[in-house]
Amino acid sequence: MMDLHRQAFKEEAYELLAELESSLLELEERPDDQDLIGRVFRAMHTIKGSGSMFGFDDIASFTHEVETVFDMVRNGKLSVTSRLVNLTLAARDQIRAMLDAADSGAEADLQASAAIIVGLRELAGFGGGVAETDERHEEALVQQKDPVTYRIRFVPPRDIFVTGTNPLNLLAEMKELGTCTVVAQTDGFPPLEEMDPEGCYVYWDVILTTDQGENAVRDIFIFVEDDCELKIDVVAEHSRYDEQQDYKKLGEILLERGDITPQEMKEVLSRQRRFGELAVAEGILPEGKVQSALAEQKHVKEVRQEKQVADASSSIRVPAERLDLLVNLVGEMVTVQARLSQTAAQRDDAELMAIAEEVERLTAELRDSALNIRMLPIGSTFSKFKRLVRDLSAELGKQIEMTTEGAETELDKTVIEKLNDPLVHLIRNSIDHGIELPEVREAAGKPARGTVHLAAVHSGDSVLITIADDGAGLDKEAIRTKGIERGIIPANAELSEKELFCLIFAPGFSTAKTVSSVSGRGVGMDVVKRAIENLRGSIDITSVRGQGTRITVKIPLTLAIIESLLVKIGDDSFMMPLALVDECVELTREDVARSHGRNLAHVREHLVPYIPLRRHFKISGAPPEIEQIVITQVDGMRVGFVVDHVIGEHQTVIKSLGRAYKDTEGISGATILGDGSVALILDIPQLVQAVETEQN
Amino acid sequence: MAKVIMTADDSASVRQMVTFTLKQGGYDVVEAVDGKDALQKLSTTKVDMLITDLNMPNLDGIGLIKGARALASCKFIPIVMLTTESQDSKKQEGKAAGATGWIVKPFKPEQLMAVVKKVLG
Repeated sequence: MMDLHRQAFKEEAYELLAELESSLLELEERPDDQDLIGRVFRAMHTIKGSGSMFGFDDIASFTHEVETVFDMVRNGKLSVTSRLVNLTLAARDQIRAMLDAADSGAEADLQASAAIIVGLRELAGFGGGVAETDERHEEALVQQKDPVTYRIRFVPPRDIFVTGTNPLNLLAEMKELGTCTVVAQTDGFPPLEEMDPEGCYVYWDVILTTDQGENAVRDIFIFVEDDCELKIDVVAEHSRYDEQQDYKKLGEILLERGDITPQEMKEVLSRQRRFGELAVAEGILPEGKVQSALAEQKHVKEVRQEKQVADASSSIRVPAERLDLLVNLVGEMVTVQARLSQTAAQRDDAELMAIAEEVERLTAELRDSALNIRMLPIGSTFSKFKRLVRDLSAELGKQIEMTTEGAETELDKTVIEKLNDPLVHLIRNSIDHGIELPEVREAAGKPARGTVHLAAVHSGDSVLITIADDGAGLDKEAIRTKGIERGIIPANAELSEKELFCLIFAPGFSTAKTVSSVSGRGVGMDVVKRAIENLRGSIDITSVRGQGTRITVKIPLTLAIIESLLVKIGDDSFMMPLALVDECVELTREDVARSHGRNLAHVREHLVPYIPLRRHFKISGAPPEIEQIVITQVDGMRVGFVVDHVIGEHQTVIKSLGRAYKDTEGISGATILGDGSVALILDIPQLVQAVETEQN
Repeated sequence: MAKVIMTADDSASVRQMVTFTLKQGGYDVVEAVDGKDALQKLSTTKVDMLITDLNMPNLDGIGLIKGARALASCKFIPIVMLTTESQDSKKQEGKAAGATGWIVKPFKPEQLMAVVKKVLG
């Protein structure tokens, strides 16, 4: 945007310089023409002012020097001589050179600038040497941390309205600074017939508690401070509450403000009534002043109470290990609680049942709050990526829209942090290598605008994060060629699609023909893979040439408690994440016979494929007469799982399997049931995938 | 309805920047190329605020402020003048003429918006 303004400034500056030149030449003929002098000054002034506004600081500081000299001419302190005109013309040429240089990025001749300035300064009679440019005030305003309460009396001038100032705006600004109590003082009102309807007779007492410091308060009055009466006093520094045990008494406040003398106060105090009432009744003070002081008393009291509440509820920092320990213990506790509930149910003991129920309720609460401490929705990371996509697509001349799904999916905070870099890289890859330029896309019959879809979903004890684009897809042949070239695979290797795609995770592997500013920064997919593996996660690629690439990152939660459905096959228990479960239906022997050996079930006129888990896991024994199908939804597809019995919903504390079982397909973890037995947690998406592969 | 702000400046680039900034902030903008042009437009157009440069041909900023304050429609509107740091005496003159406040040149768009928000409420 700034470039547009810069360009506009340059065009204008060239015009002004042309005008300056002709004015100067005329001025040489008529050195006393005030109108011409004014024109020269204005041209210079505009170039200076606008120049620094649009970043031409060199031009601004140089022109400032010339302007200063011409200001003297304008004020009659210096007369127009041919030397002055010569120097000014030289200055004009120099400004032009600087403008030209700004385009090409070249430096203008600084010595020439200095020579002209020295000449002008000599002429003006204030010594040689190159002037130092105006130093801008550093805005090193240190923010005050502790809130301070100020007492502000703001008495605007009577004619404040004729300068277009609305005092209410100033009061509103103060309210933005902090806790603010405003008391309008109206004792200055004249009798109606003497009143000027355009005058301002009100003034205000403001009690303001702010952590922005006194300067911020003064800044509000920057336009009016010369004309109004403004008094700012510190009433209380809230960082030092302990030293200020008592609230100030009303009399003390009035005394401090100078609204009452000690004698007056003493007099009034000698009579034993409430001081404020007395003072007003005695006519020593107008009602408004007392109200204002009372307001201050109340304000300070309230702010202090707020502060105490805030202090009490402030956060604390805890090392992550302590939280890990807490969450682990809660996990154990949930398991024990399940056991307690089960035992109580078996004993049929009303008292024990009551205790078990109480423990169950408390454990649930404890579990939720312990887990909540560390869990954060991934959404904030997602929105950061939106910016990345926007910037990158602009940089590469591509049109890309980013869609997200599952931003509310919660993940452990540390996991989210560690996921950031790998995800950034994957998205970059999608944009740089995946999505084509608009023309290419249109030629291929696709919309010019590409899409990057970012999705997160819980899956068992994992979170699946998908980055899918509708770009060019991976070029299998290019990958194969590159792989052979790099010596990663032998020339005659027979690789499956999956194996081929995995090659892109090899160190130093890139199919990009040119190294762009986006990718090819020495960070390859191998780094991404390592980062994911360090989180004990996995990464999976599917891609269709011309249609796009889908990268799925699977990140396990180190420990999580999920709602699941407990099912049984024979004597074995299994858990299915409830989030993926749609419904349960029955499967009778007749149904099986009717489908002629195909694993398809009729569910309300729809065919749903199913996986007989008993057969899949090779569990011995005969299935019951009526089996159950648990129908799940994976990637928008309904898939059933045949089990013997559905037991019901269960709180599942997930325990990860040991290293020896880490490659077990279809199982994502285990849990301990109330009776102490182990149930395996089914990895539904992986099971579906495994069966699909089998069939292919 | 959006508030209307007039910018009076003989520098096209400053006008462009001021206009652009104000429009981004949701205001409508009327441009005037100098004090005379501004005063003419003020007599027919109702504005909620005026931002004026001081050095302008035909009629300068001080003259414009005085002229505007004499118009019934502009009697109480905020008028902000654009000055440079070297023009402290002008600031006083402008205030005496009825200016509400000032913005020191050079300024950044956000500084301009802060002042507009301050005086326009």
